[in-house]
Amino acid sequence: MSEAVKVIGTRFSAFSHRAEVALRLKGVPYELIAEDLDNKSELLLRSNPVHGGKVPVLLHSDRAIPESLVIIEYVDEAFAGPPILPMDPHDRAAARFWAEFLDPKHLWRQLWLALWAADADARRRFREEAKTSLALLEAELGDRRFFAGDGIGYFDVAASGLAYWLAAMEEVAGVSIMADDEFPGLCRWAKEYTASETVKGCLPDWDELVAGYAASTEKFKLVAQQGL
Amino acid sequence: MAAEKNVGLVLLNSSLSPFGQRCSIALAEKGLPHEYVEEDLAAKSDLLLRSNPIYKQVPVLLHDGRTIIESLIILQYLDEAFPDTRPLLPTDPYERAQARFWADYVDKKVYGCGSRLYMIKGEPQVPANIEMAGILKTLEGELGEKEFFGGEHGFGFLDIALVPFSTWFESFDKFWGVGVAEVAPKLAAWAARCMERESVSKNVFSPEKVSDFIGEMRKDLGIE
Repeated sequence: MSEAVKVIGTRFSAFSHRAEVALRLKGVPYELIAEDLDNKSELLLRSNPVHGGKVPVLLHSDRAIPESLVIIEYVDEAFAGPPILPMDPHDRAAARFWAEFLDPKHLWRQLWLALWAADADARRRFREEAKTSLALLEAELGDRRFFAGDGIGYFDVAASGLAYWLAAMEEVAGVSIMADDEFPGLCRWAKEYTASETVKGCLPDWDELVAGYAASTEKFKLVAQQGL
Repeated sequence: MAAEKNVGLVLLNSSLSPFGQRCSIALAEKGLPHEYVEEDLAAKSDLLLRSNPIYKQVPVLLHDGRTIIESLIILQYLDEAFPDTRPLLPTDPYERAQARFWADYVDKKVYGCGSRLYMIKGEPQVPANIEMAGILKTLEGELGEKEFFGGEHGFGFLDIALVPFSTWFESFDKFWGVGVAEVAPKLAAWAARCMERESVSKNVFSPEKVSDFIGEMRKDLGIE
């Protein structure tokens, strides 16, 4: 008996993307229930009541699992298939640590404010902070094709926002943060990641993504204001 | 007393830190011998700064010289590196997902709202109070009729994630009028049950100590 697997999410969200890639890496067929975040469905609000219908939510049979990083670990543990997290306990701890580093508390906060803070000085300050953080990731990546090695793993999935969505925001905001000259490794990784067979099929159309972000700049600036 | 087998564990911590307390409780629950280093957060050791150069914070676990950072990551590491000890997380993937989800909620909400409450007095407190009461009620909903959040698994990952904050409950009442016993009585009862465990009572700050600490901090900030 097959148990239906669905992702409630949207390809505009890099967090939602994490859930899709995890399922694809594991070879688990699923249905994407695309949400309009300005008009959330009953299903979404019911499935993540604690966080007010934040995406993504994984539905597996009668189970609802919110929080993208929790979803990746659930997919790794609940389904047979190639492992997403590394095997060694210390490597697992390191992967989890770096995923937390990306979190809206740390790197993504710096990036967001570098992109959308109202004040130009604040944007400049956070751009420098974000670059310092990105430099740590550049060093962590080294010469490897992916953070996990030859194939995509947990941290590559967790960092996917940097591989595609960040560039779209940079284009709309008219600012360059993760540039080729300063971060050649990360930019190479981004190309490898988005070109991979597993990932290609669940990326949003670039023009639609950019247009979507362009229409959302006021919202983004409001979020930045609350974050400062 | 028989010599403890050395498994190469060192915990860099500050007894003040609820995140560090989680690690101490976990090590005690698992019966894992370890060297304990109390850090002076005003004068951090070289070892701490070298081990956690990005955040320069406690707790840090060293295992045969390798570093593990972030309290919830440390708890999971202990389960995975010492599989013959009492597990903190359940075995079922869905139950594990729920434990992780709610532990993340504790970090974001209990710690997030609690640390904001410290800083305010008077009018602005009202919405934060309501928020904290809501958070406690939500957690109580998750606990339900269970003895511990771990359910059939017993005292576990989520209990350990939350319990260091339970001794803040008295302070929530004293400073901000959020009476946990009224707002979330099952949660208050859970906190009392946890304190009966030696691993908890030996490692968390007593409600009085927390209250004194918060009082001092608010005086320093010119709030009281």
